[in-house]
Parts: sequence; C-alpha cells; structure tokens
Amino acid sequence: MTDTFMGFRRKNGTVGVRNQIAIIPSVFCSAKVAERIAYQVPGSVYFRHPVGCSQVGEDLEVTAKTLIAIGKNPNFAGVVVVGLGCERFSPYELAEGIAPANKMLETVVIQSEGDSLAAIQKGSKIAREMQQIASRQVREEFPVSELMIGLNCGGSDMTSGLIANPALGIASDKLVSQGGSSILSEITELIGTEDILARRAINEEVAENIRETIYRTEEKLRRQTQNSSNKDRTHLISTGNYAGGLSSVVEKSLGSMKKSGSAPFSGVIQYGHQPDQKGLFLLDSPGHDGEVSTGEAAAGAQIILFPTGRGTPTGFPGVPVIKITGNPKTYTKMRENIDINAGQVLTGDKSLEQMGHEIYQEILEVASGKHVKAEVLGHDEQFCVTRLP
Amino acid sequence: MENTINLQKAALVIDPSDNVAVALTDLKKGEECILRFNDREEKAVLLEDITFGHKLAIFDIEKDESVLKYGEEIGKMMVSVQKGSYIHNHNMYCERGMK
Repeated sequence: MTDTFMGFRRKNGTVGVRNQIAIIPSVFCSAKVAERIAYQVPGSVYFRHPVGCSQVGEDLEVTAKTLIAIGKNPNFAGVVVVGLGCERFSPYELAEGIAPANKMLETVVIQSEGDSLAAIQKGSKIAREMQQIASRQVREEFPVSELMIGLNCGGSDMTSGLIANPALGIASDKLVSQGGSSILSEITELIGTEDILARRAINEEVAENIRETIYRTEEKLRRQTQNSSNKDRTHLISTGNYAGGLSSVVEKSLGSMKKSGSAPFSGVIQYGHQPDQKGLFLLDSPGHDGEVSTGEAAAGAQIILFPTGRGTPTGFPGVPVIKITGNPKTYTKMRENIDINAGQVLTGDKSLEQMGHEIYQEILEVASGKHVKAEVLGHDEQFCVTRLP
Repeated sequence: MENTINLQKAALVIDPSDNVAVALTDLKKGEECILRFNDREEKAVLLEDITFGHKLAIFDIEKDESVLKYGEEIGKMMVSVQKGSYIHNHNMYCERGMK
C-alpha cells in the first residue's frame, strides 16, 4: 500500500497540489501589468522578475527555459502570458513553450492592446474566466509517486544541519522509496561533499556528473572572488555562520547535504530542465534561496521544503513552501512564519525519526490542500530566475 | 521543557567516529558536561567556554590531524589541543571555499 494525496489531474498526466492561474510576464517591462491582473483576480499569482530583455546567449536561454517551465508546473490550471511586444524573449515564444502542457493559456501583449490599462483589462477578463473554469475541478486521489518536492534551506544555524535537515532527509527518503521525487540543490553549499554524494549515485556517469557540478561551482567562485576590491567578500561562509558555530564551508555543506537523506541519486539536472524519470536528483544552482526554489519549481516540484534555523518568512507564488526550524527559540519567535517545530528534537520531546515522519505527513496534508503559513500570509519572495555571468 | 536541566551541560556527538561534539547549550570553563553518543553517555571537563552550537574536542587532537564531524573531515587542526578545548576557525583550517 503506497500513501496517497488528493491532487488536481492535468491533461498531460501530471498532478497539481494547487489549482491557480499564473500570470507570467515575458519581460520585466510587463511586470506591473501582470501584477495588476493578479490583483483583479484574487487567487491568481504573478511572477515578478527583472529579466527577459537585453540578455544574450545561455543567460537568456536559462531565463526562457525557466519561465516556460514555471508555466508548465502542474500547480497551475491556467497561464496568462503578459508581454510588452518588443522584448528579446517574445511572449509568443513563452506561450508556445508552455502550450505542450495542454492547460488553459492566453497571451496579452501591451503594445498590441494599446496601453497598460487596456492590457490589464483584457488580461483580467481572461484570468477571471480561467479561474471560474478551474474552480469547478475537484481533487482526486493519487499515489505519492506523483509528488516532487524541492529541498532548500536558508537562514541556517547549527540546528539546521543537526536536526531540521536530517529530519527532512528522513521524509525525503520516505517519499523517494515510494516512487516519488526529490531535488537537492544549493551547489555552493555542497562544496566538500562531492565524494560522499557521488558514492550515492546510481552509476559512475551520474557520480562523475555530481563531482563535476560541484567542482565547476567551486572554480566559478574562485574566479569571482579573485578580482574582488573588498577582501572581506571572498569567504563563502558568512559571519552569521561563524557566529553560529560553523567553522568551515565543508562543515556547513555536510549539514546541508543531510536534507537529501540516504536515497541514491538518479541524476543531475540543469537549471530550467525537468528530470526524465522519478527519484532523487541534484539540481545545478547556486545556493540563493530564491534561485533554488525557482529552479526546483521549474523542474516540476509542487512543494518546497525549507529548513531555517534563524528563521525566514519567504514563500513562492503558487508553490507551497513548508518551513521547518530545528531551533526551538526561533519557533517561539517566528511562530507565524514557521510550519514545523523540529526543535522538539533538541528539547528531547521527540526523536529525529518521529520528526521525519511528522514532516512527511505534513507534505501529504499540504499536497492535499492544507495551506502553509507563507501562503496564507501572501509571502512570494522566492521567485528569482538565476543569471549566468 | 522537563529536559532543560538535562540539556544544560550536554554536548552531542553526531557520528561514532567524530572527535568533536556540538554544545547543546552554553557551556562554561571548568564545568563537567555530558557527551551524548548515540548509544551511551560519557563526561568531559570544559577547558574553555563554549557557546551553544559550537564544538569541543572529545579527545586530544594533534596539529594537522583531521577534525571529524558527521563522520567526515570538516578541516584540520592548526595546533594541538586537549580534550575539552574549544574548536573553531581560530584553531582549525579548511581551504575549501575560502579563496
């Protein structure tokens, strides 16, 4: 008997845990129009970003792939693409990219409509209609193998590596063992763990890919810090990390890695790409909270799991972010932002195993419709498309 | 929070092969603290103050010897230290991600 959850069936065979309308600008110039459309239709979500024009090469390509992939994420019942009309990443290309997902999809272009007010009006009518159609869809039961979770963390302290991350690892293992998917990322915070992670690869090719991905990130950081005019900007480990008791990047990485439990790695995926099978994957992204969540949502993750020792309130549009803290003091202070108090392990009230099980149960509840605190409070800061130098 | 008293002088040894423990609360120089292993408890006397979340040596560790936490090397010692000493970036080093 595998565990199940109640989700929304999509025509392309994927399953959403939310049923919202996404308003996606193809370029930063149409961001406000997209935002205003979403304001007219509460329940829809918009994706503000600073990209889509004046970019070239792989940097533009990653932007294009990511925006398309966000539109295809199964949590969205429909998408309204909002373009300006002269941008380098055309709104029509964005819509064409999303089209194979076979969901409700319309494009509004400001320069074609006349002005921003006309575009807001047209987009709002479209979104209103989509939302009414989506509102008639009911949840159905699916096996947890249809779930993909993104693993991320931010505002870490020593309780993250000690408690919250290992507890999340137990939950992740439980999902993966039942055929579900999980994504580990934050490559900058995995430096030093390459051989440990590579040992968990399903074959030598994946092992080599894991090592290469981490070495490449380390080399890129070395180049970036070489010409820094401020000597204090060269350390990858932050002042707060040192104050919290972390003495090296490797120590931080070992704690970060614990989020992925002990399941085997099925592969490495590039930013803006989706895995072609189920299982545990490594996503190539720097360890920026927003860029990681965005890459994971683009990979198809319907839920993000987010341990935070020091506490952060951030969320993601249309993709629930479950906050976990291993620090009981942080939970007490940030009760309105944190969903799970894994600090109960530190106080001796629960075992790590019990905590892992509790996180897993919360994943199923959230997948079935329970709103996380970040969703209820409207936090959506984590949408940030990664940039290439 | 019945366990607070028990936590006050404890440090956790995460992996059996580790040579450091993580302080579960602020520890004071001269105090005796409980070292919590997965399967047993031992004791150590603190040679220095150690803040919550920071590390102490649970054996004598020689200069250039590996510092082991999570069963893995997180750096090497710059100097030799005795059991009960505070271990942080003032006396251990790790080249990765630093330049």
